[in-house]
Amino acid sequence: MSRIARKFSQLRAEGRKALIPFITAGDPIPEITVDLMHDLVSAGADLIELGVPFSDPMADGPVIQRASERALEYHVSLRDVLEMVAQFRQLDTDTPVLLMGYLNPIEVMGYEQFADKAAEAGVDGILVVDIPPEEGGDLQRLLQAKAIDQIYLVAPTSTTERIQRICDLAGGFVYYVSIKGVTGASHLDLHSLDEKLDEIRAVTELPVGVGFGIKDAETAAAVSRLADAVVVGSALVSRVEALAEAPEKIGASLREVISSMRLAMDRAE
Amino acid sequence: METTEQIIGSLPDNRGHFGPYGGLFVSETLMAPLQELQQAYEHFMKDQAFLEELDQDLVHYVGRPSPIYHAQRWSEQLGGAQIYLKREDLNHTGAHKVNNTVGQALLARYMGKTRIIAETGAGQHGVASATVAARLGLECVVYMGAVDIARQEANVYRMRLLGAEVRAVESGSKTLKDALNEAMRDWVTNVDNTFYIIGTVAGPHPYPAMVRDFQSVIGREARSQMVQQAGRQPDALVACVGGGSNAIGLFYPYLDDPEIAIYGVEAAGDGLETGNHAAPLCAGRPGVLHGNRTYLMEDADGQIIETHSISAGLDYPGVGPEHAWLKDSGRANYVAVTDDQALAAFHDLTRIEGIIPALESSHALAYAAKLAATMSPEQIILVNLSGRGDKDMHTVAAREGIQL
Repeated sequence: MSRIARKFSQLRAEGRKALIPFITAGDPIPEITVDLMHDLVSAGADLIELGVPFSDPMADGPVIQRASERALEYHVSLRDVLEMVAQFRQLDTDTPVLLMGYLNPIEVMGYEQFADKAAEAGVDGILVVDIPPEEGGDLQRLLQAKAIDQIYLVAPTSTTERIQRICDLAGGFVYYVSIKGVTGASHLDLHSLDEKLDEIRAVTELPVGVGFGIKDAETAAAVSRLADAVVVGSALVSRVEALAEAPEKIGASLREVISSMRLAMDRAE
Repeated sequence: METTEQIIGSLPDNRGHFGPYGGLFVSETLMAPLQELQQAYEHFMKDQAFLEELDQDLVHYVGRPSPIYHAQRWSEQLGGAQIYLKREDLNHTGAHKVNNTVGQALLARYMGKTRIIAETGAGQHGVASATVAARLGLECVVYMGAVDIARQEANVYRMRLLGAEVRAVESGSKTLKDALNEAMRDWVTNVDNTFYIIGTVAGPHPYPAMVRDFQSVIGREARSQMVQQAGRQPDALVACVGGGSNAIGLFYPYLDDPEIAIYGVEAAGDGLETGNHAAPLCAGRPGVLHGNRTYLMEDADGQIIETHSISAGLDYPGVGPEHAWLKDSGRANYVAVTDDQALAAFHDLTRIEGIIPALESSHALAYAAKLAATMSPEQIILVNLSGRGDKDMHTVAAREGIQL
């Protein structure tokens, strides 16, 4: 059983929902990323989603794009991100780590080398934003051979037919993009979210995570009543941005957000 | 004029691949709108009413067919092959861009979309989009990098006059690629009522094929005009390549004539050896950007790097996937011309033929001049004069230390 599957079954047994924070590797400085990952876990995160910086993050909003830009000032590469994961693994062998990013850095490294190195570093899942199932076959085969889950997005615009197809291919969990828009946008509609989750659950046994647009503890709690996992990105990255000049304060600030979400989610059960 | 027929050829395949290039590399949210677009496009390209209206617009609004002109004096001075120019600079709005925006805006209307968005670099595609939006009474938002807005003020004003909202893009390098990112984000957010008019043969499927089909009126006209005017087809075709829409428009109807040589001319900027250029086919590597796999300008980590060209319209780090395929398959040759060489050709055509070409097109002219000298006076080169140079007055003057 993969680390992701193990984590979800453990949470299910405890009657809890997964909290998945997202930060961009290397933001605002590469030295603190691994510490921040540990901070997030200590504050109640169940899985960590680590963004791989990319120069042209088309599916992200301005907050996460600026995070990429800050990291790229230090030339944080895919190779560096894998090293950060390996370093994180020295102290934490339990928390699953997902990489989230765009395809081009992986193309440049080569799919095979990437799958090898990611497995070596202790990566559990990969979410490549710009690789729909139609184009994902080659990468997926190589990742599967290394027991790495390829996580696919389902969107509000996905048809029933596509949802079926995506769920058949997906590993780890299904990531539902809760809004039409980019990361960090608002207007999360709980009613339509509930309907779409039913549609997804009708075709898959995999846990369903929800992300894009979850800004505060209250929304996290509301979403956790419906979904198996809550992904929080821009709300954290905004804090990183606000403290970019005082990086020593970022850990405490992120712990505060995550603990309050954790508390609200656990109360919501 | 050549009519727009059912011209959906054998490539790309039904998932948008030209060999290993092209495809659909977008986030899931865009898959449904892209499939909707593909279906609508395939449907209406077989719809008689749509095709007739498109052809009427091309004649009466764009001013097609565009003439072919024999640049006799210039050819004589070069002392080699005869150079013929396909005069896309004479179209409404001054460039080939409008061939595509007329088609896509009409498609938007047939699909019931009420809002148009577009990205623009130099502003030519933005102007062409704002123009057709004004005519069809559609809301229009144009995304443009803040750096480009500063260097293309006249076009920004033109778009605003036409009723478009020009939104400055402050992210990344603040140029065309970032404007494209931002337009994609808008589309993801407003897919229900919005049609995204991409200006070149890049982007996710079906854009590379659709834009090619709308632009290939250039080559279809040229085929019959060359026979009328010169009694035969040319020996070589030359066109500039940024994203590559004017080039593919000329090349596509000639792909099955292997005896006709094809040259795509990229921007070598300060020179390929300096790294300051915009020539992904000549000096880049395959990768994935903006929804398709193609040749890119990127660093060793796969980050997209900034490009340089005197011509804003060629200043793009990617290129249409069909060009990537034509390069690998050997059907077309891709070469590069520096800023200085393009400027020299700009002045030559202006002084010798009384035609002021766009700086983009000047790259094609510069290579044609070089190529002509290696050929005999009985041979013919057809150059796509993709746009007029009025928009470039400030750039050329500034380069020569003149304040306008």
